[in-house]
Amino acid sequence: MAGLLLRRAGGIAVTLLVTSFLVFGSVHLAPGDPASFLLGGRSASPAAVAAIKEQYHLNDPFLVQYAKWIGGVVTGDFGKSAQFRQDVAGLVMARLPTTLWLIGYAALLIVIGGLAFGAVAALRRGVVDRLVLVGTGIATATPSFVAAIGLISLFSVQLGWFPAFGNGSGLGDRVHHLTLPAAALALTFVGLLARVTRTAMLEELGREHVEVARSRGVPGSDVVRRHVLRNALGPISTVTGTVVAGLLVATSIVETAFGLSGVGQLLVSSVTVKDFPVVQAVSLLVVLAFVTANLVVDLLHPLIDPRLTRPKGGTA
Amino acid sequence: MTAVPVHRRGLLAPLARIARSDKLVTAALALLALLIAAAALAPLITQHDPDAVDLSATLSGSTPEHLLGADQSGRDVLSRLIYGARTGLLGPLMVVIVSTALGTLLGVAAAWYGGVVDSVLSRAMELVFSFPALLLAIILVAVLGTGLTAPVIAMSVAYAPYVGRLARGVALQEKARPYIQAYRVQGWSGWVICVKHLLPNIAPLILAQSAINFGYALMDLAALSFLGFGVQPPTADWGAMINEGSPSLLQGAVLPALAPGVAIVVTVVAFSVVGESIADRVARREQR
Repeated sequence: MAGLLLRRAGGIAVTLLVTSFLVFGSVHLAPGDPASFLLGGRSASPAAVAAIKEQYHLNDPFLVQYAKWIGGVVTGDFGKSAQFRQDVAGLVMARLPTTLWLIGYAALLIVIGGLAFGAVAALRRGVVDRLVLVGTGIATATPSFVAAIGLISLFSVQLGWFPAFGNGSGLGDRVHHLTLPAAALALTFVGLLARVTRTAMLEELGREHVEVARSRGVPGSDVVRRHVLRNALGPISTVTGTVVAGLLVATSIVETAFGLSGVGQLLVSSVTVKDFPVVQAVSLLVVLAFVTANLVVDLLHPLIDPRLTRPKGGTA
Repeated sequence: MTAVPVHRRGLLAPLARIARSDKLVTAALALLALLIAAAALAPLITQHDPDAVDLSATLSGSTPEHLLGADQSGRDVLSRLIYGARTGLLGPLMVVIVSTALGTLLGVAAAWYGGVVDSVLSRAMELVFSFPALLLAIILVAVLGTGLTAPVIAMSVAYAPYVGRLARGVALQEKARPYIQAYRVQGWSGWVICVKHLLPNIAPLILAQSAINFGYALMDLAALSFLGFGVQPPTADWGAMINEGSPSLLQGAVLPALAPGVAIVVTVVAFSVVGESIADRVARREQR
């Protein structure tokens, strides 16, 4: 286990190094002078340009610049935002809670909604099943910003139940403000998870051990919980990677649609004004979050499905 | 060259057969045909110039003059919707063509050569696979600037591994079949066997995946133009229309943002219905 963990951590380090190099290098491929982006299009005195070049090490060769940047990154120093004239790390940290709340809330909705709809469809064949199939078909085809439009027009404008904008402060207010964004973010993935759950459960329902359990007189709900759902969790957890990747990126769309000041919205606004220090930092963070989440899922996998535990001495 | 028409029939015949067998798929195909026709004939069938500003009609609801109402600048929503189908379909089409060609090439090459080539190509595809497509597009937009170019390049690269993984899998199965082995024994070159015999046989499955990808590419490209990174205003585009229309939501005008939203959902559903039914058919044929 420790060996596996070390190997995976090494893999993550390599991925991050490659990504950081690509992300940092991409800025240098951009047409135009980096100094002019960093000045935000303002005309400046030669002295100011020289100062900017000095501050961002633009006079050094590319590899030296990269080394200085990555040296800062490991100590948590991502440089200064050209747009806000503040430390990038501080900007991101200030926006992180909103994004984490949003992703957490959406993840909760996805797990509950996806498992519930999938299970109901698998257990109640016929009309309910067909309804869920149609519903999930539409849900997976609805991008988060379209869902946002629908939810805002129904629940904020027509019914006035939830606010359409803002982060909210305090627990209750935050949950109230984030309900619609989380629902918009979750919708596609609820559809995806429900479909996968339905297929996995149907497969288990047809297995012999389920029939045996039924014939032994085990109550129906116990059969479903302990024999069908428990076994189906293995295949279901394989979509976690897709869901995590989708969530991390879709947050920037949802945050923009609902005017939330989160990390995703920071990324979008920074790309618009070519605030490269922020784009680099947030991209790196997203990739870090993504590979870490995948590692956690892989480590949890054997717990969910003990059949996946590597046999001793087996090959990777 | 005489063999070409046979292959072409092999590609399109499943579509015709599916259309006859299933009402839902027929409806989806009809809808897509309608959409393509509308996009192609946009100047002939629209009543209004999509960019014509008529401030007296601003945010009007559905009227005989403007069937789907007018947006915040008084532009006709229906006309913009029809013109928007052009960029809405063209972008994903380019993505699907490039990613299908690239993915099929990589996948078939990996399956055919095996060994080192296979492991290098598979690793490379895994790497791209593990990178969120939209993030790639956003970084590329930061570098290349807004417009259709950066998103289309990013999506083509990001979608190629989906096709590649599938192509590798089915090509591996196909390669093990006796008829391919027979051609090899007869001394045909690998290139000829792959292009003339292997590809036509795995084409339906790849086509199915590409149809599903078309829908996803449409959603992703629309998302990028919603964020303001793709097609730039005032060009009519579904994603951009939702972006421009969303402030009017709070004034009670739903149509400018909702109409393109519905158009996106309906189109994506139609593509996934067609794609899944082709995949189902191929799977059933394989079982027999």
